[in-house]
Amino acid sequence: MDKLRLRFTKTGRAVYISHLDLMHTMQRAFSRAGYALKYSEGFNPHPQISIAQPLSVGAASLCEIMDFKLNGENDLSALPEKLSAVMPEGITVLEAYEPKRKPAEIKWLEIEGLFEYDERDAEKMADELAGFFAAEEIVISKKTKRGMGETDIRPAISRIAFAACEGGVKVSAVISAQEPTLNPELLADALRQKKPELAPDFARFTRLETLDKNGEVFR
Amino acid sequence: MDKRLERILPRVQKPARYTGGEYNQIIKEKTKVDLRLAFCFPDTYEIGMSNLGMSILYHTMNSLDYVWCERVFAPWGDMYEEMKKANLPLYALESGDSVGEFDAVAFSIGYEMAYTTVLDMLDMSGIPLRSADRPDLLPLVFAGGTACVNPEPMAAFMDLFVIGEGEEMNNELLALLHQAKLEGWSKHDFLTKAARIGGVYVPSLYDVVYHEDGTLASVTPKDGAPERVTKRIVENFDAAPFPTKPIVPSTEVVHDRVNLELFRGCVRGCRFCQAGHVYRPIRAKKPETLIRQGIETLKNTGHEDVTLLSLSTSDYRHLPELCDGLLDYCEGRSIGLSLPSLRADNFSMEIMEKLQKVRKSGLTFAVEGGSQRLRDAINKNVTEEDLLNTCRIAFEGGWNSVKLYYMLGLPTETDEDIIGIAEMANQVLYCWRQYAKNKNRGVKITISTSCFIPKPHSPFQWEGQISIEEYLRRVNLLRASLTARNVTYNWHDAETSLIEAALSRGDRRVADVIEQVWRSGGRLDAWTDYFSFDRWMSAFENCGVDPAFYANRPFSTDELLPWDVIDVGVRKAHLLRERQRCYESTLSPDCRKQCSACGAARLLKEVRCDG
Repeated sequence: MDKLRLRFTKTGRAVYISHLDLMHTMQRAFSRAGYALKYSEGFNPHPQISIAQPLSVGAASLCEIMDFKLNGENDLSALPEKLSAVMPEGITVLEAYEPKRKPAEIKWLEIEGLFEYDERDAEKMADELAGFFAAEEIVISKKTKRGMGETDIRPAISRIAFAACEGGVKVSAVISAQEPTLNPELLADALRQKKPELAPDFARFTRLETLDKNGEVFR
Repeated sequence: MDKRLERILPRVQKPARYTGGEYNQIIKEKTKVDLRLAFCFPDTYEIGMSNLGMSILYHTMNSLDYVWCERVFAPWGDMYEEMKKANLPLYALESGDSVGEFDAVAFSIGYEMAYTTVLDMLDMSGIPLRSADRPDLLPLVFAGGTACVNPEPMAAFMDLFVIGEGEEMNNELLALLHQAKLEGWSKHDFLTKAARIGGVYVPSLYDVVYHEDGTLASVTPKDGAPERVTKRIVENFDAAPFPTKPIVPSTEVVHDRVNLELFRGCVRGCRFCQAGHVYRPIRAKKPETLIRQGIETLKNTGHEDVTLLSLSTSDYRHLPELCDGLLDYCEGRSIGLSLPSLRADNFSMEIMEKLQKVRKSGLTFAVEGGSQRLRDAINKNVTEEDLLNTCRIAFEGGWNSVKLYYMLGLPTETDEDIIGIAEMANQVLYCWRQYAKNKNRGVKITISTSCFIPKPHSPFQWEGQISIEEYLRRVNLLRASLTARNVTYNWHDAETSLIEAALSRGDRRVADVIEQVWRSGGRLDAWTDYFSFDRWMSAFENCGVDPAFYANRPFSTDELLPWDVIDVGVRKAHLLRERQRCYESTLSPDCRKQCSACGAARLLKEVRCDG
């Protein structure tokens, strides 16, 4: 067994565990479950794990992907249950398998969000949001490695739909996972910058599925 | 999760410390418990989650099926501001419920600088600060921890204190509170009954009278409260409850590792040291118990480090055996073993080589005094020869960083003693030149000094602290004496030390000052980010309390001391004798060589002191 892949969910209180802390949490969970992660060679050995698409703090996911290596022969079918049993609240392992595709092939992410409006009418907001995001380009200023820059986020949105629901407006979208990476928080940010009257009082997102460049499910 | 909290969290630094949900946290059904207890640590999550005492008592209190004990920590400044803005009260991590709704609120107070944070946490919970302003039995507010060996400065705020080790005492107290709640007792009824539990101190059951000069005239118990409260201990420490399924933080904390406590108490009796006296008598765990608990905890947590705790680890009788047993498990699993608090006198090559197999870190020695005479006077049984021998072994073994800790302002200290620190640094440097295996990497010698703080229940409890000006004069003398390039000098500021001394030796009148500091914005005072000397000094002034009265004034030996109401085991006569020997610059043998009959052993009924 060489490279292995884990699919897991990160919801509830676990959404506040940062990417770096998650790596550490994973490392310890493997150890608790009795699996020996393979370490890198060298002066400062570290476990060989990598999480495909770092999730920002506060966002939930039902489709996280982590690649890892184990020492020795291991029963992969028992791994999800054993690992889930020793995870902090909110992390559940869905499956473990030998991957056939590279994480670089993940192109799109299907996401769901909730825009919370405390005092505005959700129906009306849903309509106007659809109008706003139907524009051909949405140029916003965004912090980049070289300081503030202008970016058009519209090409990174493959589709987006809005529907009024309990607590606000439900957002359903497919957004670009990499090259470029679109942080879903920018959907709310765009409103704050361009149309504050539509900007939600609070926005939360959940990743639902990883997709490849053809929009097919990636595993 | 509370909606207000959900909106705040994305905006604050390291939100994972405010959410709970960690692996091994204890969740109970609210409807199935009779007592909800908020276990508060008056500092940040990162500090509190590193505290072994918190971890032990969290588990012992939760072992009662009618109790749900949850954790509460103090939010950092950004979170504090956000919570205030959102009108969000302090909440417990496990359930997210507001602390104000709990039946009992317990504080673990390890250091005096946490006092203002205790008040702040009460206020954030919507609980009146002073015991007298809380007429009802619930919520019961109480405290324990090392700082409570002098409970008086916080006496006005607490309904009661638990003095000593909480493993057994806390559960006895909770059993009584359980009964009181079910039967609807008054607060006074409960407190008078609680005062009969060994180790429980109920400040409201003592009348305090002062002399005109400000010193204590009398402390008189009433309603059947004991004359003195004797601290509680766990006699059979080997069988003491130890959590092998501790909570594993999902974010980084200060000491992110498995802690094994080898023994309680200390055989050394350094005369400035409070811990060395108040944790006596000495009780050790068997190495096989520690190895079993260590391996179990490593398995249950997945931690990659294990450390051996105690006041002087190398005084553990079975250290090599213990290290071997643990290393057998750790090696091959990439688990590191570390030993803090080694002494320069019996640090052996053997142990060092064992640790080296896994990881290599810097060496730190608490030398405390710059000359042999001073070290004899404070009973720090370390000779220059010991230190240099140890350094030689360390340098030969490839170490190239040594830290030496000293105190300035110790009783009987002279300028020659201070210059002696610089001379010792030069000796260590010379030792490196002679013996270092690889000189290319250079050497780093760090000298650190802090200002001596007289502590209750230590032989130096009567001593006055030197003034800030005098401390700075001594710092400058040392700076001028340190000439070598490879020697770095760090000194701890004396302002915090002055406040700490005033709080350490304070009486009930200091409560007003603590409250005043909190009212003017003081919290998290143990952090230099938040500590404000001016705020403390103006609070002292506004309350008409002189900090020098508590910090700098030598206390008379026939004076009634604020903490005399607490009996920690070690007798006052022993402390006086040790203090006298300081003035004679005479060493006392450690407990293993000869029992000094300090008095702590009388707390033991079933076992003998392991000193």
